[in-house]
This record gives sequence, C-alpha cells and structure tokens, in this order.
Amino acid sequence: MAIASAAGSTGAPVARPAPTYVEGPIRAFAIAIMFWGIVGFLMGVIIASQLAWPLLNLDLEWTSFGRLRPVHTSAVIFAFGGNALLGTSLYIVQRTSRARLYGGEEMGWFLFWSYQFFIVSAALSYVLGYTQGKEYAEPEWFIDIFLTVVWVIYLVAFVGTLMRREEPHIYVANWFFLAFIITVAMLHIGNNISIPIHWGSGFSYSAPAGVQGAMIQWWYGHNAVGFFLTAGFLGMMYYFIPKQANRPIYSYRLSIVHFWSIIFLYIWAGPHHLHYTALPDWAQTLGMVFSVMLWMPSWGGMINGIMTLSGAWDKLRTDPGLRFSVTAVAFYGMSTFEGPVMSIRAVNSLSHYTDWTVGHVHSGALGWNGLITFGALYWLVPVLWSRARMYSTKLIEWHFWLATIGIVLYITAMWVSGIMQGLMWRAYDELGFLQYSFIETVEAMHPYYAIRVLGGVLYLTGALLMAWNMYKTITVGVAPEALGEAQRAPAPAARPAAAPAE
Amino acid sequence: MADLQPLFSTLWVVWFFVLFGGILIWVLAPSRRGEWRRHGEMVLRDDDQPERPAPTDPKTR
Repeated sequence: MAIASAAGSTGAPVARPAPTYVEGPIRAFAIAIMFWGIVGFLMGVIIASQLAWPLLNLDLEWTSFGRLRPVHTSAVIFAFGGNALLGTSLYIVQRTSRARLYGGEEMGWFLFWSYQFFIVSAALSYVLGYTQGKEYAEPEWFIDIFLTVVWVIYLVAFVGTLMRREEPHIYVANWFFLAFIITVAMLHIGNNISIPIHWGSGFSYSAPAGVQGAMIQWWYGHNAVGFFLTAGFLGMMYYFIPKQANRPIYSYRLSIVHFWSIIFLYIWAGPHHLHYTALPDWAQTLGMVFSVMLWMPSWGGMINGIMTLSGAWDKLRTDPGLRFSVTAVAFYGMSTFEGPVMSIRAVNSLSHYTDWTVGHVHSGALGWNGLITFGALYWLVPVLWSRARMYSTKLIEWHFWLATIGIVLYITAMWVSGIMQGLMWRAYDELGFLQYSFIETVEAMHPYYAIRVLGGVLYLTGALLMAWNMYKTITVGVAPEALGEAQRAPAPAARPAAAPAE
Repeated sequence: MADLQPLFSTLWVVWFFVLFGGILIWVLAPSRRGEWRRHGEMVLRDDDQPERPAPTDPKTR
C-alpha cells in the first residue's frame, strides 16, 4: 500500500496508508457516461429533426415523437447524467473519505449493472408504449420498484463508505451527493405511488389525481432538476474544479452556505410549473417566491466555482478540460438566473408552454450538466487508466468549441422561437379574435427548429470526438504530437496552489 | 386541531428562520475560519493514487 499524507483531527498532515480503492466499476461508469451520452444526444437530434420535418416520424408508433421524446430525456438525464453521478460520487466518496467503497468491488459492479438494466428496461418500455405519462417519471410501476431497490443499495454503499471514513470531516461534495441520493429516493417514491390496473398488468393508475397529482408531479419534476441535475452535479463541481485548478475551492464557507440554502429553498419551488392552473394561488405564489430566492445561493455557488481560478486564470488557456468545467459553471449561473425570472407569474404567462422553456432547460442541461461532466471526464479518464493526460488536447479544444457553439445556436433559436410563439398566441385583432391560428405559429417556428437541429448536431459531433479521444487514451495513451507540446510547455499543475479566500 | 394549523404554520416558519440563522452563525463565525480553510484543502490531499502502476511505456506517457 502506498503511504500518503492525510490530515488528522488537528488538520496537521500525518503519514497514513491509503486504502485500495474500488476503480473497476468506476471505469465502467466512465465508459457508460460516454455511450449513453451519445445515445441521448443522437435521440435529441432525431426528435428535433422530427419537429422540423414531421415526415421523419415515419408514420410508425414506435418511432413517433411521443415515444422517442422520453427515450431522449431519460437517456440524457438518467443514463448520461445518472451514470455520471453514480460513477463520480463513488470515486469522490472513497477519495475524500480515504476509505474503500462499502461492499467492495461487488457493490460497485452490482450498482453499475443494475443501473444499466434499469436504463435499458425504461427505454424499451417507452418504445413499446408503456408509460405513466408523467414527465421525467415515465417508467411504469414494476421498473419504479426495481429502481427503488437499486437506489436504496446505492445509499447504503455511499453512507457505508462515509461511516468507515478515516478523514474526520466529510468534504462538502459528499454533502451534495448525499442530499441528491436521499432526496431523489423521496421524490421517486412520492411521485410513483400507483396501483396496477389488474394483477400482472404493466399499466397502472396514479394514486393521487387531479390538481393534487399535478402538484406532486411538479414537486417531483422540479426537485429532480434541483437535486438530480443541480445538487449532484454541484458535488462534481466542488471536487473536480479544485482538482483541475490544483487549488482549494475559493471559499469553503460559502460552499456550506450554498449547500444549506439550496436544501432549505429548492424543495418549495415546484409549483411555478403550475402557474395559472387549478392549483391554489397561494401555492403558485409560494413556488414563485422560493424560485426567486434561489437565485442568490445559486450565484453564490457559481462565484465560488469560478473564483477558484482566481490568480490562475491562465489555466483556462492551457487546460481545455478545466475550460469545460468553468464554462459549465457560467451556464449554471445563466440558467439559475433565467429560471427565477421565468418563474415570475407575469413572465410565465408569456413563456410557459413555449420553446423558451425548452431553451432554458437545454442551457442548463447542455451547458451545465453536459459540460461539467465532460470536464470531469477529461480529468478522470487519465487518472483511472493511469495515463499522463488525454490522447489529444487538440480534440478537446475542438470538442469545447463545437459544444459551445452548438449550445449557443440551440438556446438563441429557442429564445427567439419561444418568445415569438408566446406573442403570437396572445395577439388579438381589433375585433378581439385571435390574430394567428396555431398552424401559423408552427410555420413561423420552422427556421428556428432547423437551427436547433444544427446546434444539436454540433453538440453530438463534439461528443463523438470525445468518445474517440477517450478510446485512444485508454488504448494508446498520449498522442506523439501532444507529447511534443508538453515538452515545450511546463505542466500547469506544477505551480503552487494559492490560499483560498475566507 | 385544525384551528391550531395557522399557529403551527407560523411557528414552522419561525423555526426554519432560527435554524437557518444558526447554520449561518456556525459557518461564518470568525473563530472557525482556519478550520474551514483546512477542510477545503483536504480535496488536494487525496490523490495518492495507491498501487497504481506508473506508466513506463513511452507510448502511454
């Protein structure tokens, strides 16, 4: 065993043997992230094309937009994002706890394969027409029960590792991961209480109905954003940005305030999805107020992530992997400003049910979740496969610009399309009749739908470059031309770390 | 019991404010500044990479 330095209870470094960490399943998770990412992005390009050119629905129920859309959302959120969260959380909890994964290799492999089984089962069920019809909670009851069991075992593995930790303090990234695991369990169970239509049937009725059902669905839906796509990925941010920048987080205290603010506020924000519905006004206002309050802690976290580079901004030029992570945090800041604005009822009366919402979701998903995952992988893959660095830095640069331009095309097209759509829906003529028919709004949106497809194709192309780069890193190592560049320039990580602000 | 619901709702808000205020005091107390700084640095102490073979093949460097 290697001897490594760790901090004792006084914080002073002490020599301590490091455990043998579980890494095999985490390598598998890294490959699965890439695989499912490409599947999910490809599905996104396909359904975006179907919206622009409806003939691509092929007139078959299995390939219709209605069935493929949940395949896309589940592939990118639960397959790409979920594998990223499981893989990185199991890596981070071991390292920051200085403890081997509870349950060892077997636990890691069980979590890996059972989670892949869940993903494949869910995707097949959508294509075959099995769905609860709840957005982001489409799997039917039998898949829900399976996922609940897997998730509880994941919680046991995570908490078990924390409990056997040798570090006295639990690093803040683990706080975010723990909040993500516990809250997702609560949301998943709470929103999926249903009764099969008869014993042996794959279909079910939802237990809560009407406005109560809608309220519970969006309590789930928005907190899936809050705790799956935000808290979990913030755990990644608080580990990988300090590692990439080789300096501690800008303010550890701010990270704790960030954590507790998110915990206190996020869970109440869901009703903003139900403005101007049968939901009582007080609940709508509650959702709006808590959404607006979320702006400040979110920006606190953004500032904390970006300012970690304070005094080392040159790393953005020399380390394209870090550039992914920092740009992701910038998108986190942008989407956590846009979200509160859109939750205001007056704004929502224009934006809701339009493409503006779709653009907002994708600035968060492509910009924040996607880029932070790519940044983490560009750091993690060489570490997991014992390589000095990725095969090609140039390919990372290409990936960065393709992804960034793709996102910008996507979200600007959806802003224009969505606001135009909302304005056309509410336009009246001098006699008080609606000025535009629905089909006129669809025709007007067509050019922007084509631009969105182009944005998606660029994003997918970047991911394909990354997959090739990852494959070559694993099988070959570092490209000869990259070695030449490295010999000319000193390694950025060799510079001393600066003290954090407090 | 239903008559007391508004009272409990109000108390719950007060309790949350007190709880969150307590967390802020706990986190931002100047006496803890050094402790938090050390906790923030622990992320840089963990990359010992135990028992990982050093890449020796020139193609893998």
